[in-house]
Amino acid sequence: MRYAMIIDTLKCVGCSDCVVACQTENDVPIGFCRDWIVETVNGSYPNLDLELKSERCNHCDNAPCVRCCPTGASHGGDGGIVLVTANECIGCGACIESCPYDARYQHPDGYVDKCTFCHHRLEKGQLPACVSVCPTKCMYFGDLDNPNSEVSQLLKNRKHKTLAPEAGTDPHVFYLI
Amino acid sequence: MTTSRRKFIKISALGLGAVAASTTAINMFGSNSYIDELVKKNVSKKFKRTATYCEVCFWKCAAWTYTNEDGEIKKIIGNEDDSHCYGRLCPRGTGGVGMYNDEDRLKTPLIRTIVNGEQTFRKASWDEALDLIASKFKGIKETHGAEAIALLKHGAPGSHFEHLFKAFGSDTIAEPAYAQCRGPRETGFKLTFGSWVGSPEPTDIRDTKCLVLIGSHIGENMHNSQVQEMSEAIDNGATIITVDPRLSTAASKSKFWLAIKPATDIALMLSWMNVLIEEGLYDKEYINKYATGFDELKKHVSQFTPEWAYGITTIKPEVIRETARAMAHAAPSVIIHPGRHVAWYGDDSQRARAMAILNALLGSWGRRGGFYFKESIKVPEYPSPTYPEPKWGWKEIGEKYPLAEMGITTEVMKCTLPDKDNKYPVKALMVAGTNITKSIPNKKLLEDSIDALDFMVVVDTMPMDVTGYADVVLPECTYLERYDDIRSATNREPSIAVRIPAVEPKYDSKPAWWMAKQIGERLGLGDYFNYDDFKEVIEWQLKEMGTSLEEMEKIGVKNYPRKSGPMYLNEDETYHFPTDNGKIHLYSQELANLGFDPLPNYTKHPEPPQGFYRLNYGRAPMHTFSRTVNNPNLNDLKKENDLWVNPKVARIIGLKSGQEVWLKNQDEIISTFSIKVRVTERVRWDSVYMVHGFGHQNKKLTRANGKGINDTELITKVFTDPIMGGTGMRGNFVAILTENPYKNTEI
Repeated sequence: MRYAMIIDTLKCVGCSDCVVACQTENDVPIGFCRDWIVETVNGSYPNLDLELKSERCNHCDNAPCVRCCPTGASHGGDGGIVLVTANECIGCGACIESCPYDARYQHPDGYVDKCTFCHHRLEKGQLPACVSVCPTKCMYFGDLDNPNSEVSQLLKNRKHKTLAPEAGTDPHVFYLI
Repeated sequence: MTTSRRKFIKISALGLGAVAASTTAINMFGSNSYIDELVKKNVSKKFKRTATYCEVCFWKCAAWTYTNEDGEIKKIIGNEDDSHCYGRLCPRGTGGVGMYNDEDRLKTPLIRTIVNGEQTFRKASWDEALDLIASKFKGIKETHGAEAIALLKHGAPGSHFEHLFKAFGSDTIAEPAYAQCRGPRETGFKLTFGSWVGSPEPTDIRDTKCLVLIGSHIGENMHNSQVQEMSEAIDNGATIITVDPRLSTAASKSKFWLAIKPATDIALMLSWMNVLIEEGLYDKEYINKYATGFDELKKHVSQFTPEWAYGITTIKPEVIRETARAMAHAAPSVIIHPGRHVAWYGDDSQRARAMAILNALLGSWGRRGGFYFKESIKVPEYPSPTYPEPKWGWKEIGEKYPLAEMGITTEVMKCTLPDKDNKYPVKALMVAGTNITKSIPNKKLLEDSIDALDFMVVVDTMPMDVTGYADVVLPECTYLERYDDIRSATNREPSIAVRIPAVEPKYDSKPAWWMAKQIGERLGLGDYFNYDDFKEVIEWQLKEMGTSLEEMEKIGVKNYPRKSGPMYLNEDETYHFPTDNGKIHLYSQELANLGFDPLPNYTKHPEPPQGFYRLNYGRAPMHTFSRTVNNPNLNDLKKENDLWVNPKVARIIGLKSGQEVWLKNQDEIISTFSIKVRVTERVRWDSVYMVHGFGHQNKKLTRANGKGINDTELITKVFTDPIMGGTGMRGNFVAILTENPYKNTEI
């Protein structure tokens, strides 16, 4: 099992529903977020490209946050999900600095928090909250170890990219372009 | 739209400092049982779900409200069986929980009073507030007639008060959703096809091969099912053509983005008609069978070549031809989308007519992938005495606009002004569920007409700016805390949805149905409110419809089979359009008889003078007009609007992104607050753009107050549609002020 998320930038309208759904599902305090929207504009009027996409923890196979964590609170879990055990976290922030995706934040209660791919929902056979609410259905989630899964097929058939490939993190959030 | 991670992290670092200071070392480094508890709570699994339909906007998506063991609302999720949302809410629907949680909500009734010579509000009991309203209404009825009490409304609360007003003898009712929004397109399409477009629009987007958006920005307006279906159309490889002076989100998804000069859409559409007819690309069979006035249309548009339109629209002739051919290639699975907020330049019914005629030429009305024939189911009316017949109402007030089919808010408001020739004096006003200071243009006229009122009541969940003008403010509970009318949806298949309270009303807020009943009883209209709880009304109605509240509590949405026939035209039969002769009117004899252009014409509209830029405004996906800006969840996504400025303009004025500026319009009106500049290539150099709904003046809106500019206050020039009274708002120009105009003023 190797979980991955795919976001189709051709369909994403940047509405932020994923952000609100994550906040309500995971009790993320107002003022913080585990996922967010990035808008990129290239070109000059009227020859323009606009890309909208939802970003979050990339659940890297080679995760700098796991390597640098002094307590082992940041760790790789089942299906390659990178998790933080809150009560082992001392809030030192090393992981925040090491993450090339800026995906982590200090929870006001003193530990570092970030996207979990909603593993508590996966256990119940549900999709991550962001994927389940997205009105454009531009988000996909599944098992890359299964060659027939929707995510494997999309990566096989569609042009895609990952973020900050130069960081060598082997990320598991992909963007269709 | 862009959430800055750096900013969030900076805030959180400060947050940590605060926690560290107030937390013992054991908590920080030792056993963290409180964190374990928090994590457990985060994934709390025992939820109860209650059926509702959303009221954060007016698309009315059916949803489930999830409450935990403590009865707290935790999340709201779309109802899978609902054709408005297909199980997926938009960010506003998901963030509806913030509407309930907002600590700035109106908490008690308020009555205007004078303390030490200063006007202020004091808290009042419901009895006191309702008694006052009833006595004022009675007094005005005795002196001026019930007609002199007007209602401006929107959404679910509006229908309860509409019942009250009609029972009392007043039909002086209007809503900004008509003259300030979609009225012109309803007129334009009715003149052509015999029926309104209506809401939701019967656009068959999921099956379309070509979607044409003219100034309509689906994806920034989150009309849920339309956004979802546009995404499906993208997956299916549909061609999207977007006509917009701004690179909208939809434009960025389009094969063709026509970066048109603002205010010239009709010229483009006339040239598209010209190409479709001259090149023989129109649907000849459909036109022969269903339309009248083709010869007149052909003659009319023969002069409007793409070369003619180029000089007006700045769209190259070859692009006009190529896009016209792309539409014809996809026809009849093509949609020239009617748009929604279309009160722009005063010739908006004609603009909508041009859209309707294009759809007719392409044969898309009544065709798969074009427009389907919608159907709804009638909810039986709860037994109630018939309404008295008012002597005058919205219709008479708007009589100089011959094709107005709903009340015109601005005309109703003008009736409050002292004028000996005014046959329809309005003396009192109730405003329910609409923040008119941010929806009705020409602030001076609005303030003067409010000032002339004898009495004004505002019903809202939030201390919106409009509440500041009221004599009495009534706090409504949110949609999550009340029963409301059954939602009967007009769609591919008829359906109904129910709204059931998930929690008790917070604070001392009450549902609108309760307020209407209480006022009604005080006015001696108890027979019209023959129930103790509105629940009884919907129980009765559901029973009449062959279901029950018990069943609806379990399913939330009930879909019914179609009864009106197929969704699309049956090619073997002849369909009768609901016009006088059963045909589509390309040429409108009705308009000719009224002295208007029977075929659309391009009219040149004023252009910005030197140093001024056209003020364009629009939507952001996480906000509904001005009503969500203070919602903690949605405010978190977008706290203020920004001013989109083209880099060329920024260079001339010396503007940088993030810089604070003020705006001054052509009538010397200066914005109350400042706005931050966003230098972006996404906007033309002759216009600036901002998201509508910001710049709240009421300090009680702690998150929204003073953030960004209220575009409506800068819209002082209004171009009225002579056909139906729509208030065109896109002809206002602004200069950008880099110096604080209030720096020597004490506020």
